[in-house]
Amino acid sequence: MDLTFTPEQEALREQARHFLAATPEPSWRELAELGWTGVSIAEEEGGAGLTFVEEAVLLEELGRALYHGPYFSTVALTLPALPPDLRAAVAAGEASWTLAFGPLVPDLDTAERVATVGGDGIYELEGAEREVLATTDETRPLGVVRGGEPGRRLADATVLEEIRSRSHAALAIEACGVAGRALELAVEHAATREQFGRKIGAYQAVAHPLADAYTRLELARSLALWAAWCVAERDPQAALAAAAAKATAAEAAVRVCETAIQVHGGIGFTWEHVLHRLYKRALWIESFGGSGTRLRAEVAAALLEGRAEPEVGVPPVPATVEQGG
Amino acid sequence: MSDTGSADALASFLMDLRDTPEEAAFRAELRAWLEEHLPEELRGHRGGAARFDDPALRAWSRALYDAGYAGLTWPKEYGGAGAPYTFQAIFLEELARAEAPPHIGVIGIGMAGPTIMAHGTEEQKARYLAPILSAEEIWCQGFSEPGAGSDLAGVRTSARLEDGYFLVNGQKVWSSFAHIADWCILLTRSDPSSTRHAGLTYLIVDMHAPGVEVRPLRQITGEAEFNEIFFTDVRVPVENLLGDVGGGWQVAMTTLLHERGTLGFALQAALEVQVRKLVSLARDRGAEPLQRDRIAREWIELQALRYTNYRALSQLVKTGIPGPEGSISKLVWSEANQRVTKLALELLGPDAALGPENAPYGGYWQHQQLRSRGNTIEAGTSEILRNIVAERVLGLPKSR
Repeated sequence: MDLTFTPEQEALREQARHFLAATPEPSWRELAELGWTGVSIAEEEGGAGLTFVEEAVLLEELGRALYHGPYFSTVALTLPALPPDLRAAVAAGEASWTLAFGPLVPDLDTAERVATVGGDGIYELEGAEREVLATTDETRPLGVVRGGEPGRRLADATVLEEIRSRSHAALAIEACGVAGRALELAVEHAATREQFGRKIGAYQAVAHPLADAYTRLELARSLALWAAWCVAERDPQAALAAAAAKATAAEAAVRVCETAIQVHGGIGFTWEHVLHRLYKRALWIESFGGSGTRLRAEVAAALLEGRAEPEVGVPPVPATVEQGG
Repeated sequence: MSDTGSADALASFLMDLRDTPEEAAFRAELRAWLEEHLPEELRGHRGGAARFDDPALRAWSRALYDAGYAGLTWPKEYGGAGAPYTFQAIFLEELARAEAPPHIGVIGIGMAGPTIMAHGTEEQKARYLAPILSAEEIWCQGFSEPGAGSDLAGVRTSARLEDGYFLVNGQKVWSSFAHIADWCILLTRSDPSSTRHAGLTYLIVDMHAPGVEVRPLRQITGEAEFNEIFFTDVRVPVENLLGDVGGGWQVAMTTLLHERGTLGFALQAALEVQVRKLVSLARDRGAEPLQRDRIAREWIELQALRYTNYRALSQLVKTGIPGPEGSISKLVWSEANQRVTKLALELLGPDAALGPENAPYGGYWQHQQLRSRGNTIEAGTSEILRNIVAERVLGLPKSR
């Protein structure tokens, strides 16, 4: 067993961190040039032929950098539904996607194409009207699609199970990226800010909540890595692991950000500080794709009603392809 | 591909959660062995002091030794299996799965033995190590004192160097196994003018020597799992010195490093048993929606602890240094065990108030819940552990 990142994965993380620091708002094509859009796409389709674990490394860094763009919606939500030619287009940076399966569709402002769930299949949605809605987290807009026609059939609806696991695992690891940065900022502040003649991090009333924040974050990261591995390996536990990871990591990220704001004092409460943006992303992640309470209800059902894994909870399939706002 | 984004960076071998073929073979063999050899009366024992005195536990420990499962990570030259840490993790997981008790020599195997290997003379290694694994000799730890708990450097038990022996006087407390122990790893103050970390000396003390008196300490559970040890003019031969005179603090740190280093998987294994029993209890008795949420939380926490341990272990195997994640295992486990056992009492309803004679499951949950209050105190209080995380992991300024 080995649950550490390989040197190659660590190198990818380093690369991502440097790139996102230098290029805070990368275009889809720039991400494609780095190879990020085709990480888990087969080499013969123009991808890197790697797995969701490498995508998870990138998702964590993208969360940390509060990336604004269709990476999550393309890679986590839509990719499993795309046929080979469309995957190749994603790898080449020629297309980005989002999937409309609930009333609120993520990344609708940046995703070029929209897939939708209808009947027993997933289709490309054509000719729909898009309305992008303002969100508390300005870097992760949601929107609604109206009208439109189902175009090309992309995949069978059974792929929604994989999509759900990928989505949960992706949100979990992204939450860890968000929380990791918030914790770093808080620790840095506590180690430098002085009051009453001492660094405030020397006070246990400040230090212990930070120790707890670290603890919650590392537990969440362990779950997210487990989930990412299960997704990559198509492990039978993937749905359960991803639900557990999403429930825990989203709540942990919210808590860690709240601790970070408190430790920062007044400055952490201002618009100019980055903390509120991290906090809002954490809250976004918590709200999207199943609350902790709902996901834990699924885990409890799996444990107590003796199912091998919780009900997959395929998102409700609308009678028509029309997605209402 | 651009320059910043080298395609080479996107080539990797996947991390792997699966057992290697060697690990899988070891696990299968061990599982079959446990199935065949674990006596039914030891399966799922509720633990506590009664366990220590049970001759069946000594026999069980001996059986583990004979089968080659005692001291898995100990080097072969000292009677161990020289196996990697992953095998120890698998061993603890499988022990938990079978609800089998651990080897009775937990202090010897986990603390005294590794300390002797690191600081002992060749004579000491030859004399003490083998009987630890075979369970012929039991060890206890004499560190904490009434005036030196979390602040271990406040040790006052004195060791005066006389002609060929140390004359030891003082009192130790919270010592598990002391009432059945043959040997004690004892932290003493050999320089009466010293304070704090200097002037401490680490001794191996014969628990059967004249002047050693053990008094059981009755705990919150009603049982006496810990003991006080009184030393009155106990003569400890100089050859029982471990490390240097005055160098006891460094030796003690080795012991504590091993106490915390090998602990994670044992704790995870213990929590595994508790959560499994909790789920089974909830299946038997039913659970309200909010209780179901808490059960799910605890199951998830167990998985989180498991994969956090895997991360620390993988780091240890690769680099020889455990990852910083490992420092939170005990903190997380102790609080989880307190919540799990309390939740179990809640599921029992009014039956939770019954004493062991009348309670369901032989009073298992009542005992476990009360015992769990010690978990956040023993082997490093949660407050000390949070200090350690804050200072050593996060790099925050020291609080004192």
